[in-house]
Amino acid sequence: MVQGIVTAPALEEVALQVPEMPPILPPGSDNGDPPGWQPPRREPVVSNAVLGMLMFLAFETMFFAGLLGAFLVFRLSSTSWPPPGEPYLPIGVTWFNTGILVASAYSMRRAHRAIRDGSQAGLVHGLGLTALLGTTFLAVQGSEWIRLAHHGLTLQSGTYGATFYTLIGCHGVHVLAAVLWLATVWVLAARGWFSREWHGGIQLCKMYWMFVVGLWLVLFPSVYLM
Amino acid sequence: MADPAVMTAGPAVHVHHELGFWRTYIFSTDHKMIGRQFLFLGLFMLIVGGALAMLMRWQLAWPETAVPGFGWVPEPYMVEGIIPPNTYNSLFTMHATIMIFFAVMPIMIGCFGNFLIPLMIGARDMAFPVLNMVSFWSGLLGGLVMLAGFFVPGGHAAGGWTAYAPLTAKAIYTGVDWGQNLWNISLIILGVSSMMGSINYITTVVNMRAPGMTWFRLPLVIWSLFITAILLLLALPVLTSALAMLLFDRNLGTHFFLPEGGGEPLLWQHLFWFFGHPEVYVLVLPAMGVTSDVLSTFSRKPIFGYRAMAFSMIAIAFLSWIVWGHHMFISGMNPLLGTAFMLSTMVIAVPSAIKTFNWLGTLWGGSIRFATPMLFALAFVSNFVIGGLSGIFMASTPVDIFIHDTYYIVAHFHYVVAGIIFAMFAAIYYWFPKIFGRKLNETLGKLHFWPTFIFFNGVFFPMHILGVGGMMRRIYNPLQYEFLQPLQPINVFITANAFLLGLVQILFVVNFVWSLIAGKPSERNPWQANTLEWAAPSPPPHGNWGEALPVVHGGPYEYSVPGMAEDYLPQNQSRRPSPTLAKRHGPSGGQVTA
Repeated sequence: MVQGIVTAPALEEVALQVPEMPPILPPGSDNGDPPGWQPPRREPVVSNAVLGMLMFLAFETMFFAGLLGAFLVFRLSSTSWPPPGEPYLPIGVTWFNTGILVASAYSMRRAHRAIRDGSQAGLVHGLGLTALLGTTFLAVQGSEWIRLAHHGLTLQSGTYGATFYTLIGCHGVHVLAAVLWLATVWVLAARGWFSREWHGGIQLCKMYWMFVVGLWLVLFPSVYLM
Repeated sequence: MADPAVMTAGPAVHVHHELGFWRTYIFSTDHKMIGRQFLFLGLFMLIVGGALAMLMRWQLAWPETAVPGFGWVPEPYMVEGIIPPNTYNSLFTMHATIMIFFAVMPIMIGCFGNFLIPLMIGARDMAFPVLNMVSFWSGLLGGLVMLAGFFVPGGHAAGGWTAYAPLTAKAIYTGVDWGQNLWNISLIILGVSSMMGSINYITTVVNMRAPGMTWFRLPLVIWSLFITAILLLLALPVLTSALAMLLFDRNLGTHFFLPEGGGEPLLWQHLFWFFGHPEVYVLVLPAMGVTSDVLSTFSRKPIFGYRAMAFSMIAIAFLSWIVWGHHMFISGMNPLLGTAFMLSTMVIAVPSAIKTFNWLGTLWGGSIRFATPMLFALAFVSNFVIGGLSGIFMASTPVDIFIHDTYYIVAHFHYVVAGIIFAMFAAIYYWFPKIFGRKLNETLGKLHFWPTFIFFNGVFFPMHILGVGGMMRRIYNPLQYEFLQPLQPINVFITANAFLLGLVQILFVVNFVWSLIAGKPSERNPWQANTLEWAAPSPPPHGNWGEALPVVHGGPYEYSVPGMAEDYLPQNQSRRPSPTLAKRHGPSGGQVTA
């Protein structure tokens, strides 16, 4: 083991005079707290669950930043987009679909507000509507994908097809996961799981849903309109 | 965000109760057990990665001769003990991959992050214990998938750890089919694993500090792990997206990185290094944190410039996002852009130098105890200086264009990244008593340190000379070039040192295993250190603190306080405010009561 704690003799003498006193710190050190002082226990500004969710969304944002970055590299360096022979993306239907998703964000917000005011029925109604709108979005996306595939747009159709299906597909998978989460929460809500006092699960689900909607509001102009 | 209903839904206080074997040792949610699991995973993979390096060194010293004792390895891995070129490519690829992702990261971040964060901030466990368990098990799954790559037809990934496309984007280019796929899948799994870890670390440090543990009373190792977690959280998903695209290129017929379909090979390099450079700091920041704690404790002096240390780590983390282009100077990038990357890279030398000089300032005038952790921490600092200085050479484009992809680069990054192993050993020797409740043998530790330090430099210092002499990185047989033949004795010298370096690690293994079973039981605070983990029993029980959480009264590095009998002052020991401060700030002694 370690031996030889070198202490100046003068200091030892001082220490011997006041053996049990709490030490006096020199200026410049951390301001000590007086003996017996208990700092007040502070409630965290953001709860663990919400903070963890925010970190998860930061991870997701960077994941999509990578995919979107790849798309932009190809989009901005090409002279004609779509490349000759490739189909145009369906703008009109997707505007409609964007509207659906924005409406779902509103219904999600209403669901959260309802349970904050203690309304179980409002929560179940809002969650159901949100899940329905999300499913509609997925169904429209799916049918449009089938149409595009019939027009010859596949993963193998150069970078145009590859970036489209990868980027929009990854978003679609996230919407699907969010809809499944919504459905679970909806079933729980119908069984009276949540209350005015206890509805952290609703807030987390809302955060994720808002992320998925917000992400679409970035992807739609970048991929469809630009 | 401040929704009262959510705030009350935090984790309940862990009540101490008896758990069965499976819940205690295997599917444990206790941060200390998960830390130990990460330690064993990392040490095992360290041996695997080291063995791969030894095979590589044999080939470089005595090219295309049979490796003694390896005649049994079947074709196509080896031909009567001779390492064929495709196996050599797998060796250097997997050496780097395993060392970076499955040795250094599990030990420095997985083990010490998990073990130290709750103990040093005075919490009972992580914020999300179950997520923590899943993080380890998915990390292990990633490791198994990675190891499985050795046993699939075509061998393991052979495109370098950087996996540059298009080399890796088509099976025919390297002859590796499923090896590269498994490599991608494994790293995607690891990305998810480290995401869960990062979320846990960040949330725990932000929300679960003990009463009185303010941000600037956090030990620097916690600062480093916190910053590392943020880097990991934001950098790895970018790699994940690139890995997914590469996987699609290989298996679904996309052309993200394949020029024949309009793809862009440089896109891979940009995405990879946008992740890759922060990753380098992910590896080195915890090592810097460990070093700061060990140097202060064994110098019996406060760390010099505590806040400067914390802020310079933040600066390094920030700068790491804007320097990735320095890996790509020869990719044909616009010289103006290259200059911008050169300048941003050189700026990193400033916070790094602040840290180095603060370490020296900490040592200056201290009552230094040359215990084993201290020796390893000092070795980390000295190696880091060598690696850091050679980094400045490479940052300047005119020099880099000459030495790019030579052994100079190999020397540089081993001095920093393999130098981390010294901080890792420092951490293991320092915290082993707390992790396992027994002490490592000091004599064996010193016997382990000196040859490790000497042979480490014997391996990596001559590589600078090889690099300036023109020897290429990743070359299979240097003898095929006439101009490299005179350098061959250096290669033999390096290999001899590498074997000796590997050999002396047996001392560590012996020490580790023996001390684990029969080492001297450790008291609470064997090193007379201040930080909070030493206030808990060794090893700490489930829940860490018994009835009440510790209350923190001061900073982590109050050593050799004048007028004290002891030369250390634990953070949870109450103290009297200075009369000088009381005069200056009123009767509260200038203390912050908010």
